[in-house]
Amino acid sequence: MPDPILTLSGVSKSFPGVRALRGITLALEAGRVTAIVGENGAGKSTIVKVLTGIYRPDEGEVTVRGERREFFSPRDAWAAGIAAIHQETVMFDELSVAENIFMGHMPTASGNLVNWHEMRERAAELLKRIDAPIPSGLPLKRLSVAQKHLVEIARALSHEAQVVIMDEPTAALSANEIDDLFRIVAQLKAEGRAIVFISHKFDEIFRIADDFVCLRDGEKVGEGPIASVTEAELVRMMVGRPVDQVFPKRDVPIGEVVLSVDGLSNATEYADISFDLRKGEILGFYGLVGAGRTEAMQGLFGITPTTRGRVLLDGKPLSIRSPSDAIRAGIAYVPEDRQDQGAVLPLGIRENVTLANLHKYVRGLFLSRAAEKEETRRFGRRLAIKAANWEQRLAELSGGNQQKVVIAKWLATRPKVIILDEPTKGIDIGSKAAVHDFIGELAEDGLAVVLISSELPEVMGLADRVIVMKEGRMVEEFRRSRWSAEEIVGAATGARKEAA
Amino acid sequence: MSTPLPTEERYAVLDRAPRRLGATLLRWDVILLILLVLTVAVNAIVSPYFLDVYNLADATSNFSEKAIIALAMALLILVRDIDLSVAAIIALAAMVIGYAAEAGFGAPVLFAVGIGVGILCGVFNGFLVTCVRLPSIVVTIGTMSLFRGLTQVILGDQALTHYPQGFLNLGQNYFIPFVKTGIRWLFIPPVPLSFLIFLVLAAIFGIVLHKTAVGRQLFAIGSNPVAARFSGIPVDRLRFILFVLSGALSGLGGALLAARLGSMRSNMAFGWELDIVTMVILGGVSIAGGVGSILGVFLAVLVLGLVTFGMSLNNIPGQVVSVYTGALLIAVIAIPRIFERLRRGG
Repeated sequence: MPDPILTLSGVSKSFPGVRALRGITLALEAGRVTAIVGENGAGKSTIVKVLTGIYRPDEGEVTVRGERREFFSPRDAWAAGIAAIHQETVMFDELSVAENIFMGHMPTASGNLVNWHEMRERAAELLKRIDAPIPSGLPLKRLSVAQKHLVEIARALSHEAQVVIMDEPTAALSANEIDDLFRIVAQLKAEGRAIVFISHKFDEIFRIADDFVCLRDGEKVGEGPIASVTEAELVRMMVGRPVDQVFPKRDVPIGEVVLSVDGLSNATEYADISFDLRKGEILGFYGLVGAGRTEAMQGLFGITPTTRGRVLLDGKPLSIRSPSDAIRAGIAYVPEDRQDQGAVLPLGIRENVTLANLHKYVRGLFLSRAAEKEETRRFGRRLAIKAANWEQRLAELSGGNQQKVVIAKWLATRPKVIILDEPTKGIDIGSKAAVHDFIGELAEDGLAVVLISSELPEVMGLADRVIVMKEGRMVEEFRRSRWSAEEIVGAATGARKEAA
Repeated sequence: MSTPLPTEERYAVLDRAPRRLGATLLRWDVILLILLVLTVAVNAIVSPYFLDVYNLADATSNFSEKAIIALAMALLILVRDIDLSVAAIIALAAMVIGYAAEAGFGAPVLFAVGIGVGILCGVFNGFLVTCVRLPSIVVTIGTMSLFRGLTQVILGDQALTHYPQGFLNLGQNYFIPFVKTGIRWLFIPPVPLSFLIFLVLAAIFGIVLHKTAVGRQLFAIGSNPVAARFSGIPVDRLRFILFVLSGALSGLGGALLAARLGSMRSNMAFGWELDIVTMVILGGVSIAGGVGSILGVFLAVLVLGLVTFGMSLNNIPGQVVSVYTGALLIAVIAIPRIFERLRRGG
């Protein structure tokens, strides 16, 4: 067995009230991809933060190429050859691609001035090495999420990183972009780098990883070559119990039409969106990232102006000019971007849950804390939110629990129609199953559900009908009884399957 | 009705966070309260005149105009905005009041005129910030110059000094007179109108911010304006209203100041905007938005006011007061963070 590039031994880290990591020992070898799997809150992000110098472990040690190292800052980790590509990319939007790649170690000419020419050249070289045709002078804000990931990889290469950590790199990528990313991962692997790959998507893990390390509640509960386990075994290891990854579709009687949208359009993003949605029905919207699904739903919800189209709720025409109009009519929208659009992280669970219909908790002139608390407890329990207390700030919760709080906020408005935009994006498999189950339950309770999802198993597992969108238009509609994954993907990409 | 999930047994969720003494002592308002007690104690020992009710009453009138405006400023900073044109609005409003007084109007009209001018200025600021979508710091640096410049152009180096007696009385007499009850420590202190208005407004602002739905919405906007908008909160409408409120209270401040001084020049209240921002920040309102309390601002107003008053009693020059105020602001902001870092050991 070759010497590992990096090892952790007996690493523990505690926060007030939580033991995030307990005695973690692992070894990363050159030329291998190690997948770290585990539910949210299992300690994956904490390991990444220990490896990148953001947290210092309470106990245990880190060695790089057999040498004991302590990281006091992210810079120390970079210097030791460890680079991370983060879940939510942290880069400088206004600066150029080259500046982003060399931020913190720009090539300098005499007098400590930046050598712009050399920097652009070297940036172009690095991008070429990973076959990324991105002009190095372009400002980062003009890039897609996938391109930003490539810039981050180039940045890691610029540091000659020997260990590359990828934390949910595919969360916002389309199928083709994921293929590109995996090709680069294979290349990095061939160059003898060690790669840590964190993902919730099992197909990706089994496709790309050589080894796995499984965490539960901050402890390592299993490791080995990925070929030695099955998906079901891995899931059982993660949650400590067997779980059905996709809940069986509930049999819900479908009622009368609740929401009827006709010809909804705006200036640039989408056109002629028309559909009927019935009580108890789950209507899936599938498409590639950028197909206009989110934009159309945000138009419907009054966040962005629409240019044309009619919306009827229970047969009555609605004029929705702002989210509060939509909420009053009985429409709820759980946004895709949980951190920015959904959750108010500095506020507590109670304050988040009651935010979208505060007037309901007003007694006389004042907010009634008792009424707020009662509602928070009701939905908190119903969604099985994990927290120390109901006043806990959302910033302290895991992503899955934050999402549950956001969903609780929208259910508290007692909507007739709920639009869920990528409701399980970036959340762990346990929370994901709970959310899936819950979506079925909502339909059973008589809600009409719109489900935007880029995960085919999610859409096919939950929806009664799927509308596929492409380039801002509805291209095809599929019914549950007769659809196939190939046809749906084919409609979304515009090519039949073999083209991918 | 929900399917029981294994998480339910594993985790019980408490109703509220457990209280910790250390955290309570580090709360901003507690620190300010300790500071206030210290200020009063030190001043009372150093100067026998400090605890005189008339002296204290006069001291309050020196900071009450600023304090009133600080209430609106606190809400603006809470929602990540700022209004640096407040002092210029004071001068502009006071000038219009001065001309109205020369035209023979009485006190009620003069106050209404002052508030009216303030509202117009606030509408202008609010329009530029929420409809044209310019950053409030840029807009109000602009209108600061604009309003002040307007006053200077119209007034030149002239002073307006003719005010009706009824108007001056409101600024110079005690609105509530000193009343003795015969029992030694039981009396009604003299209260100037401006301080009374501040007390009443502080109570109203405190209740609105901390007990009502609108207050909660302001906290949400300050914490995450995008999520607030997605949650159906009329973000821009509320911000607009806050600018109008800030203008109105600045206009009111202009009226009170004109009545207290009995004259106005174009440099009236020059530089006050930063004194007011200081009150708000010392009061614990985060410049990053989303954090703050009216109690904190109230205590900060008293601390700053009494420090200034105590120092002037001891003939300490204004420049030294300014040094002290600056040091105090930095210390009060830094100390809780230092403790927090020590506690986390990071």
